[in-house]
Amino acid sequence: MKKIFGRTPSLTDAPTHYCGGCGHGIVHRVLCEVIDELGLRESTVGIAPVGCAVLGYDYWNFDVSEAAHGRTPAVATGMKRARPDLTVFSYQGDGDLAAIGTAEIIHAANRGERITVIFVNNTVYGMTGGQMAPTTLVGQKTLTSPHGRKFEEFGEPIRVVELLSQFRGTAYAARTSVHNPVEVIKTKKAIKKAFQAQVDGIGFSIVEILSQCPTYWGMTPVQSVEYVRDELVKYFPLGTFKDETGAKASAV
Amino acid sequence: MTTQKVLMCGNEVLAEAAVRAGCRCYFGYPITPQNEISAYMSKRMPEIGGVFIQAESELAAINMVFGASAVGVRAMTSSSSPGVSLKQEGISYIAGAELPAVIVNVMRGGPGLGNIGPAQSDYFQAVKGGGHGDYHQIVLAPYSAQEVSDITFLSFDLADQYRMPVMILTDGVIGQMMEPAVIEKKEVRNLLPKDWALTGCRGRKPNVVKSLYLGDKVLERHNLKLQERYRQVAAHEVRYDAYHLDDAELIVVAYGICARLCKSAMNDLRAKGMRIGMIRPVTLWPFPSRIISQVAGTGKSFLTVEMSFGQMVEDVRLAVNGKSGVHFYGRGGGEMLTREEVLKEMERLYAQLRGGKNV
Amino acid sequence: MIHEEIIIAGFGGQGILYAGKVLATAAMREDRQVTYLPSYGAEVRGGTAFCHTVIAEEEIATPVVTDPTAAVILNTPSKEKFEGKVRKGGLIVLNTSLTGDIHKRADAAYVDVDATEIAERLGNVRATNMVMVGAFAGRARIVPLEALVSASAELLHGAKKEIIAINEQALKEGWKIGHG
Repeated sequence: MKKIFGRTPSLTDAPTHYCGGCGHGIVHRVLCEVIDELGLRESTVGIAPVGCAVLGYDYWNFDVSEAAHGRTPAVATGMKRARPDLTVFSYQGDGDLAAIGTAEIIHAANRGERITVIFVNNTVYGMTGGQMAPTTLVGQKTLTSPHGRKFEEFGEPIRVVELLSQFRGTAYAARTSVHNPVEVIKTKKAIKKAFQAQVDGIGFSIVEILSQCPTYWGMTPVQSVEYVRDELVKYFPLGTFKDETGAKASAV
Repeated sequence: MTTQKVLMCGNEVLAEAAVRAGCRCYFGYPITPQNEISAYMSKRMPEIGGVFIQAESELAAINMVFGASAVGVRAMTSSSSPGVSLKQEGISYIAGAELPAVIVNVMRGGPGLGNIGPAQSDYFQAVKGGGHGDYHQIVLAPYSAQEVSDITFLSFDLADQYRMPVMILTDGVIGQMMEPAVIEKKEVRNLLPKDWALTGCRGRKPNVVKSLYLGDKVLERHNLKLQERYRQVAAHEVRYDAYHLDDAELIVVAYGICARLCKSAMNDLRAKGMRIGMIRPVTLWPFPSRIISQVAGTGKSFLTVEMSFGQMVEDVRLAVNGKSGVHFYGRGGGEMLTREEVLKEMERLYAQLRGGKNV
Repeated sequence: MIHEEIIIAGFGGQGILYAGKVLATAAMREDRQVTYLPSYGAEVRGGTAFCHTVIAEEEIATPVVTDPTAAVILNTPSKEKFEGKVRKGGLIVLNTSLTGDIHKRADAAYVDVDATEIAERLGNVRATNMVMVGAFAGRARIVPLEALVSASAELLHGAKKEIIAINEQALKEGWKIGHG
């Protein structure tokens, strides 16, 4: 029998600890496929965030570091500047990146750090039990917004890639989703472009990935992907917000 | 630059010594009175192909150190008291993740924004663990420009050898004062290759740098390993200067800039026939408890002098353990002690002790 | 036994810190113990710039000068501030071009130097500081003139030859006055 699909080498065969229907597993897989397709596994250092993906090193078959909550882009900066030959990515959630680590992500992007950020936005703090995140939709109920997020109290959800696209240092910024196979394929393509931007030394790259959290959304997995499709993408439009990777290619 | 004597301020001596000690990454954020370090590094690092980043915050700076250290490169950050408070989170993570790092605190007056005068009021924070968790950092307190240089070289080696944070604790005067120094490495240690570093997993299993340990007793085991390492440090790395302990009836304990004042005052008073001795801790952690404990007892009293309202004196009392009287003299709030006031206090206390009064 | 605690004071731009460094560097090259501390603290933004230089044979206890053996004073506000602080029997060197020659202290020695005028005559008013340092050292005799000249050149490495030459002249003229 011919094997036509298998686990990519950058992914370990550890059983997942993520909840049923969670998007992290899908993102891990396409991320690892990209790393292998680009032949980067042996030069890669990944940074796992504080959050559900903190155990990233259980699934990633390459060098991995943890970072303090929100400080991931600073740790990545230290690594990449110290060893520019390494491929450095940070894997961050919405609380990590858009709340406690806002300063770090903005300045890493603005400096044009040659790092790649995989930003998984599921609009909620998962690891701590489902609190409101900076990306929680207005009206969305969470553990700490039991009556739904109100703009008057907590503002609107932050659109991260739009914000970071403004910087000259940002080479690539896109928002994708993993709520259906077509979007998963697009996500993988975006991640590949983001890593390529790093390999080519163009600048900072980020892919924001809308991901479902059925557990803390109080939904079934099917309902959760429908929620991404019907609600999340209305506020967080999918697409490429900045792409300077072509500029380099044409210059070459 | 040659290894001849140079006249540089303590902060610049520290920066140049760090470069010569192999520091290749410096991350900092502006704060007085340590700005000479980052200014120096911003010029020097590009000359040697190193990295200088003026970070967006102290939090970012210490975490950049974390990153550079995790990939096996010698890295340093520096700040002054309020900024060092911000770094505490990162220091705890560095300790937990067993990473080498050198952190400089050029102390100023506190609490809060305080002032920019010289102070020693961050002793507790430095030696008792300013961040969370059961950890230690090695703390070294130089008292001259020459010792700033020597200690800087040593700090990078200690950090690598024990895979833990090392803090160089100076103050505004040590940092700003120019004094001749020869900036060269004096001690050689055999250091192991950094096979734990994240350098890409070519030809080996992936490495992980982390401080999260879940599961039954897993974190406790990690902590016990750290504690064993701290015992090794305490057993092998205590440094201090001792003067006239054999005949001293009054033993002064002081570190850093205060120790200079006390030493000079002691010499003057000894010339007048007063039996005064001194212990100058060079490592504040590990603290030279054993020597203090050994000399404590009948006929000896201690005087701790600090530019704080009494911090190191607690460690002196612990070491003395009730065997001798322990007295304290200090000023705080960024005020510099004068040699004259220290001398007066030593003289007064000595006379009081000789008078047989119960002290 | 040499033990000099010197305050050099003037206004920002008079090369006060440089003057202290020249003195300190010369002392270092003579293998003296030496410390140098620039204005430090809130006064760094005040009208008066000053620095502390301690030159000694024994180990120096503190670089902070609270009881100066000498004050080298380049302008009037500094005279007001430091003339009274010099210890009894100490030395006060005045730049009389700016401070005038009134001596308020009967218990201190004075050296009056028309330093700004001398520097102008030499072709660069900015050499006033070197005239003053020369005068101080000529009187105090703690470092030789040659050491000051080479320290000045060492600290100005890369500067124009004319500037270095004027500084040398300034140190020499000052020295003559101080030596008396």
